[in-house]
Amino acid sequence: MENHLLSWIVWIPVIGMVAVTLIPRDQTNAIKWTAAAAAGIQLIFSLILLARFDLTTGDFQMYESAQWIPSLNITYQLGVDGLSLPMVVLTAILFFIGVFVSWKIDKAVKGYFALLLLLDTGIVGVFLSLDFFLFYVFWEVMLLPMYFLIGMWGGPQREYAAIKFFLYTLVGSVLMLIAILALYFTCGHTFDMITIMETASPNLAGVTWWGLDAMKVIWILLFIGFAIKVPVFPFHTWLPLAHVEAPTAISVILAGILLKLGAYGLLRVNYAMLPDAVWWFAGAMAILGLINVVWGALCALAQKDLKKLVAYSSINHMGYAMIGMAAVIAAGAANGSNYAAAQAGLNGAVFQMFNHGTISAMLFILVGVIYDRAHHRDINGFGGLATSMPIYSGIVALAFFAGLGLPSLSGFVSEAMCFLGAFPVFRTIVILATIGILLNAAYFLWAFQRMFLGKLNEKYKDLPEINGRELFTVVPLAVITILFGIYPWPFLKYIGETMNVLIDQIVAIGGIAGVM
Amino acid sequence: MTENIFIDYSLLILFLPLVSFLILVFTGKRLPRQGDWVGIGAILTTLALSISMFVSMLIEYEPGFSHEASFSWINLSAFQVDLGFLVDNITIIMLLVVSLISSMTHIFSTKYLEGDIRYSRYYAYLGLFTFSMNGIVLANNLISLYMFWELVGVSSYLLIQHWFEKDSAADAAKKAFLTNRVGDIGFFIGIMLIFSTVGAFTYSDIFAGVADGTIGGTILTFAGIGLFLGAMGKSSQFPLHIWLPDAMEGPTPVSALMHAATMVAAGVYMSVRIFPLFTPDALTVVAYVGGFTALFAASIAITQNDIKKVLAYSTVSQLGYMILAVGTGAYIAGFFHLVTHAMFKACLFYCSGSVIHAMHHALHKKHDHETDPQDMRNMGGFKDKMPVTYATMLIATLAISGVPLFSGFLSKDAVLAGTLSFVIHHPEHFFLAICGFGAALITAFYMFRLIFMTFHGSPTKKELIDDIHESPKAMTYPLILLATLSFFIFYTLPSVNPISDHGWFKDLVVPQDSFVQDSAILSAHEIEEGMHHAHYLAMALSLLVAGLGIGLSWMMYYRKILSADEWAKKTGPMYNLSLNKYYFDENYQKYLIQPVLKLADKVAYIDWDLYDKYFINGFGRVTDWISRITGRLDYEGIDQTLVDGVGRSAGKMGSGLKQIQTGKLQNYLLFVLAGVIVILVFQTI
Repeated sequence: MENHLLSWIVWIPVIGMVAVTLIPRDQTNAIKWTAAAAAGIQLIFSLILLARFDLTTGDFQMYESAQWIPSLNITYQLGVDGLSLPMVVLTAILFFIGVFVSWKIDKAVKGYFALLLLLDTGIVGVFLSLDFFLFYVFWEVMLLPMYFLIGMWGGPQREYAAIKFFLYTLVGSVLMLIAILALYFTCGHTFDMITIMETASPNLAGVTWWGLDAMKVIWILLFIGFAIKVPVFPFHTWLPLAHVEAPTAISVILAGILLKLGAYGLLRVNYAMLPDAVWWFAGAMAILGLINVVWGALCALAQKDLKKLVAYSSINHMGYAMIGMAAVIAAGAANGSNYAAAQAGLNGAVFQMFNHGTISAMLFILVGVIYDRAHHRDINGFGGLATSMPIYSGIVALAFFAGLGLPSLSGFVSEAMCFLGAFPVFRTIVILATIGILLNAAYFLWAFQRMFLGKLNEKYKDLPEINGRELFTVVPLAVITILFGIYPWPFLKYIGETMNVLIDQIVAIGGIAGVM
Repeated sequence: MTENIFIDYSLLILFLPLVSFLILVFTGKRLPRQGDWVGIGAILTTLALSISMFVSMLIEYEPGFSHEASFSWINLSAFQVDLGFLVDNITIIMLLVVSLISSMTHIFSTKYLEGDIRYSRYYAYLGLFTFSMNGIVLANNLISLYMFWELVGVSSYLLIQHWFEKDSAADAAKKAFLTNRVGDIGFFIGIMLIFSTVGAFTYSDIFAGVADGTIGGTILTFAGIGLFLGAMGKSSQFPLHIWLPDAMEGPTPVSALMHAATMVAAGVYMSVRIFPLFTPDALTVVAYVGGFTALFAASIAITQNDIKKVLAYSTVSQLGYMILAVGTGAYIAGFFHLVTHAMFKACLFYCSGSVIHAMHHALHKKHDHETDPQDMRNMGGFKDKMPVTYATMLIATLAISGVPLFSGFLSKDAVLAGTLSFVIHHPEHFFLAICGFGAALITAFYMFRLIFMTFHGSPTKKELIDDIHESPKAMTYPLILLATLSFFIFYTLPSVNPISDHGWFKDLVVPQDSFVQDSAILSAHEIEEGMHHAHYLAMALSLLVAGLGIGLSWMMYYRKILSADEWAKKTGPMYNLSLNKYYFDENYQKYLIQPVLKLADKVAYIDWDLYDKYFINGFGRVTDWISRITGRLDYEGIDQTLVDGVGRSAGKMGSGLKQIQTGKLQNYLLFVLAGVIVILVFQTI
């Protein structure tokens, strides 16, 4: 309470945005450096947060609270725990990198960076808010800059992509809003998320609306709202389009962080507030995860546009996280009280969210590098690039291997944990999902072969090698990927306690209800 | 040497090549000689360390020696993963094999790849490989085993496509990785089955779980088969054998190191390590896969003309032998064969490399870019031109064919004794014996076919023979060393009996009893007994088949009493099947790969062109349509008719009324007057 670290982390980008708007529009360098400074300070603050984080508790820390609209019981509340911490750090890293990825933006520079910083605040705000109203406000704040960033700085189909993204997400927001209001009224007119976590379950027990279990109704509304963001099949088709049309840095943020908001919401809201329904829905979640894995992989295999391939790979990768999340019920008595499996699954899911954040960011940056040079992304239109761009090819190889879940790179650890966790409960589903192990390798290696191996395409023999600025944007991500692949504990130790709290909550409910 | 020093040495052995990899990847090109000395220095140090471990193992002479060290990798209260190392006599022997062959490859390559465009990259990847391979050897748990397992897959991928400008090399690398991944799916399912029951990953914990019945029955059988699937991928067992022959696209020293001696043996090594958890049913599967592969691959090798392809199928077949040994319970015999095979098969590959190197230079001199330097039909009569290569290759061939005095005789004999003893116990599995001895016959035949076609007779391309020269010393010395190690004595000392495998190896590598609770499982002792009884019969039979194979080959390719062409014609369909590798690649392509790609295209089409375009966008269209209707209702119905209707009526009224608003004072006065009159009238009434 004595310091407002979380508030600083949330609002620094907005301060940066204000500064950017005050700079004359032709001073593009000043604008870029101001944005970099804002993102940089946010990153430093988030690292301070990391250092101050108390590993021994799974509860909320660095709690901040202030009155906002007392008449409606709306407060300004922030707090961080093991679930939001990695997401905040990831956001800070990717926005800092994102500024440098955007360095070559030459159209309406001022507007671009101002919106980028606003987006930053929106995202971090969602991760840190503990008041549902605030949560929703940030959620919507994030939508607007995204719409303009895709719609104005995107590719040829940018307007279509932007409006589709906007409408699709808005549908989710509306459903979420209904659910939030339902919770507000059933939990004693409060938006306080911690209170709702404590009271939603008992207050909703046995309540039916139009013959439907109220808890299930709310769960489904929230689920769809978040599933669109994840995205979970069949709510996924906005993603390839938005990713492909967005400028590189925005694709990085879309894949790296925005998708995590969906998964984060599922854990923070669905899991923590309505743990009873987790028992009812876990099976469906695992099946949806399986579909994501296989469907995403098959679609990726068929792509000829590299960026679309990477976009579909995101669908595939988030599928693993879904399967891991479903594993939480392994800890229940009905499933043999396999606490280890629940831990593996849930920690694996959050770890997978983070790893997908770094790996897909790396992949999109690398797609951007080649697109800036060749002005196309047709996988079949290259060939033999490893001869002319050896360093770039080496890094792409590393990123692809990370994407296909190569052991010793971070993606493997989290995928393996998701599988190991879910296996005792969803044996058949997991066995079917292991087909992803093969398909992932197939689409990445096949794409690599077509682009980088074979005879050098004469057209591209003089492509300039990846430059210093671009290396600066990928190398940190590559290092994270390797370090956590070799030794995941420095990551897992931050989240473990919070996951235990979540598991305990669900197990406790399972012990009482058990029947759902 | 104390146990901790063993662990320290092992860590050095493990990480030195990794350091070399990192140095070479980042600075390789800028170093003098492109940094090959970094790699060579690292591997020779590794070799020295392995030798010192080996020597102290021989000095201690402790059969049951075993030492483990673990550290916590993931430590969530319930979900714990410990990784660590296991050093026992098997490990020490295997470390020596890997470091030795790897050293030879490093030295051999200085000449073989002299002037190559990616010379320093090549040495870097060799370091990565050695690191990952030693990681497999040292692992004491399934998780780090799996990690290093896939890392050798990557180094294999990178080295096969060393000359990636060739599409065939890039294809082969991808194929190797993907085929291995098929096996790895099984591997991972096996790991999950074990973890979900035993809750641990280390070998010792798993064995304890097997012993106390925590895991057993069908689950354990499936777990064993799952893990074994991984071994099948890595060790190129039927039906996942397809990648290894293609992997020959890589430089020949790589083929010798990875695709003959060490990496492909990882599957066997793993099966040896986890042998005590295989149930009888799982072992039967293992035995049949191995036995069938041994025979099947040999039957392909017999018709190949590419010198490296012959050796590749021979490797597949020999790996089949080792797997067969595991399946029949004689897994120590399988490991023995792994070790001896590593020496003579690496030797054979280096020899073929030496021959190809010579052919290459001769063809280069003649500016002949058409002739295939690996096709044995273009060779012949190289005996006198390349005496060292010839002599060493002959020794290695004698070893692989199972001729007494050579190491292969002892190890193959042990494998066959194991098979025979198993078949005697279980006559219903007689097919395994047919596989074992049949493969031995064919092996002797095709290996001598290779020798005769390459070194004997008269050259088919007379103009080449003058330009064929012996290879430089950096290439021949490894040959001599490995050929020397193909003699039996190095494996039997202090015993010097050439027909008995008694010696240090047998003393120090002792079989372990299975932990599986099943009456059908024989104890290690019973298996030993059985092998002992079957020993002489197996030896007699294997000598017979080896002699028969060599004799046939001699008649066909040396004396040419029998015509190979006529035999090929006589056996027409079978010959074609063998020559075309039973059309496996074609069928996989047609029935597996193409359908999957087509399915992917369909799925992507449904996703993008149907589902998204019509269904999802359909919402937009419907909304658009509804909004048009409501728009029209709103505008024409409500706005134009109702709202404006009111307005219009008001307007009409207004315009009616405005008729009286004339603006003329007289009119208004007139109205006022009229009004006054009206009021007055009302008043009076």
